Amino acid sequence: MATETVILEGHIIDSLILAKVLDTILQRSGTFTINEMHVGATREDASSARIAVHADSSPRLAAILHAIQPHGAVVEHAVDCIVEPAPKDGVLPDSFYATSHLRTQIRLNRQWLDVEAIEMDLAVHVTLDPPAARAVPMAEVKAGDLIVTGRTGVRVFPLERPKERDAFAFMAADVSSERPHHAMIADVARRMWLIRDHRQKTRASGEAACGPGPGTKVLFVGGPAIIHAGGREALSWLIESGFIHVLFCGNALAAHDMEASLFGTSLGYGLRAGCAVPHGHEHHLRTINRVRNAGSLKHAVESGLIRDGVIASCVRRNVDMVLAGSIRDDGPLPDVITDTAEAQTAMRAALPGVGLALLVATTLHAIATGNCLPAKVPTVCVDINPAVPTKLSDRGSFQSIGLVMDAASFLRQLAQALGAP
Amino acid sequence: MSRFLVCPPDHFGIQYEINPWMRLSNEVDKDASQAQWRTLARVLEQDAGAKLERMTPVPGLPDLVFTANAGVVHNGTAVVSRFRHRERRGEEEHFARWFRKHGYRVIFLDEGCYFEGAGDVLGFPDAWFGGYRQRSDVKAHRVLSDVYGKEILPLELVTSRFYHLDTCFCPLGNGELLYYPAAFDTYAQATIADRVDKRRRLVVPHAEAARFACNAVCIGRHVVLPSGCPETTAMLKDRGYTPHPLDLDQFLKSGGSAKCLTLALD
Repeated sequence: MATETVILEGHIIDSLILAKVLDTILQRSGTFTINEMHVGATREDASSARIAVHADSSPRLAAILHAIQPHGAVVEHAVDCIVEPAPKDGVLPDSFYATSHLRTQIRLNRQWLDVEAIEMDLAVHVTLDPPAARAVPMAEVKAGDLIVTGRTGVRVFPLERPKERDAFAFMAADVSSERPHHAMIADVARRMWLIRDHRQKTRASGEAACGPGPGTKVLFVGGPAIIHAGGREALSWLIESGFIHVLFCGNALAAHDMEASLFGTSLGYGLRAGCAVPHGHEHHLRTINRVRNAGSLKHAVESGLIRDGVIASCVRRNVDMVLAGSIRDDGPLPDVITDTAEAQTAMRAALPGVGLALLVATTLHAIATGNCLPAKVPTVCVDINPAVPTKLSDRGSFQSIGLVMDAASFLRQLAQALGAP
Repeated sequence: MSRFLVCPPDHFGIQYEINPWMRLSNEVDKDASQAQWRTLARVLEQDAGAKLERMTPVPGLPDLVFTANAGVVHNGTAVVSRFRHRERRGEEEHFARWFRKHGYRVIFLDEGCYFEGAGDVLGFPDAWFGGYRQRSDVKAHRVLSDVYGKEILPLELVTSRFYHLDTCFCPLGNGELLYYPAAFDTYAQATIADRVDKRRRLVVPHAEAARFACNAVCIGRHVVLPSGCPETTAMLKDRGYTPHPLDLDQFLKSGGSAKCLTLALD
């Protein structure tokens, strides 16, 4: 998508010049966004409009600009971005440009470039040969890296509405416990079908996994309440059926899932009996110990130690798992990344191609994931506590849709909508 | 009393081709052009009661005779033309000098902003219209609007035969308009229809538009226009005007007629 901003000034309304310019853009297969509009108060006063013109290619955009310039549309005077070298490893120049998670471009050598791997609260690292820009976390910056400073030569695009007319058509941090859940879950299920189909097609044709389309991966971010509340079977079924392709979680979800496999309990509670089991509080520790002995989650499953559940399904289906540790973890399990910066890097590496993110029954992992996701990724946050989706949107992930409901009920209904028995 | 700037056709002729009317092979009859111009001046002064200011012709500038393209004059301020074709650019300094000498505040547009004077800006007291796309740039009208504090509605001219607004659009008295709609794009036609109601719009037939019926000078109830436009003449009479059809065919060879030969100074 190529974009250029034009200014149109004068008596552009009564003369129908504005209408003519907008019609010309559409007739030539472009689209537009009117970013600013000032209407003169009297007939003598001039009006003005600041219009972003979009086209699917640079030549088409050039043709549109060529067609509208005779009617007075002037390309906004744009200047290149300013870059400064990073003073030390892990330190940005003082006035670095802090990113949002919306699509962003910088102007370098008179060309607008997309900032790759955009996510919120990062800096923009520029390379000159070849010209490229990439969002970069503070900790990964090396001394001398060229970093964009100030706001000059930077432009941020508003979120495009998805073409589908479903729950995601108006992504706007909607959180409500009063809404009927089934319609929303049906929309989520539809997206998951779409992504699974698209994934199969792109794999068959060997296309890039993160090209255009609905995405090729569904990201699931979960907390241990899924296991406690009885959502384990439904989640395992979703993974086994090929609907989930990336899992982000902590030590606890994995530990209690495997505890259920080994002992039939979750944090010592019998999942079937529904009551505490004698010495059940030790079960998760014994589970962690046995898996540590196995050396890895993969080996624990492949050796037959762990036979069912979320982790076993992930291993069998080659789901990309990132387990991020926390200060209160027991063990932790092998494969849990205890360095948080390293965990963030691993999460980022798994994100290209994600076309839907489901954040279920977890606060910290949901917010951490929200921080890394571009705004264009449809995101659903499910929690029994409305504070969690609210907190997520307050932290900037305004595109997420909140669903206030029990995690297990959500997963069961979702699995049923996707054909689970 | 209406005042007009005119320039006798001493050096008028076809020396280049910059519009579809001009043919180097279609020579101007010098005597005929002088006689036609003198008749025009007499009718304007004696019949229509206008006062004419005559500027001195300059050798090598054959189109200086078309003073409508000197610039736009309003409230003591003259915005001088910037011609699109280099063949006419030599006229700019002469027009500017005349304006300055006669006490006008003179304003020049930026280089590269083409604007061909009252040939492309016409209007009623409350609304001005600006022709663009053929000769003047739409951005020139934006500047003029700021200079004069006037609303100027740009109208796109779509055919090279009607290359200035005054070749196809002539405001009359009482808010009436003589015009040739096919010279404009549909947006401009809609704009005109929005500002001038239907019973005040006098549509000139194609054959008479091609004889430059719209290139007329209206002074009160007098309308000076080219001869050979019987329907237009009849329409004007019917509306209570006094038409003065004049033979100006020597000037039509250059793509001009009565209006192009005059510049309103008030």
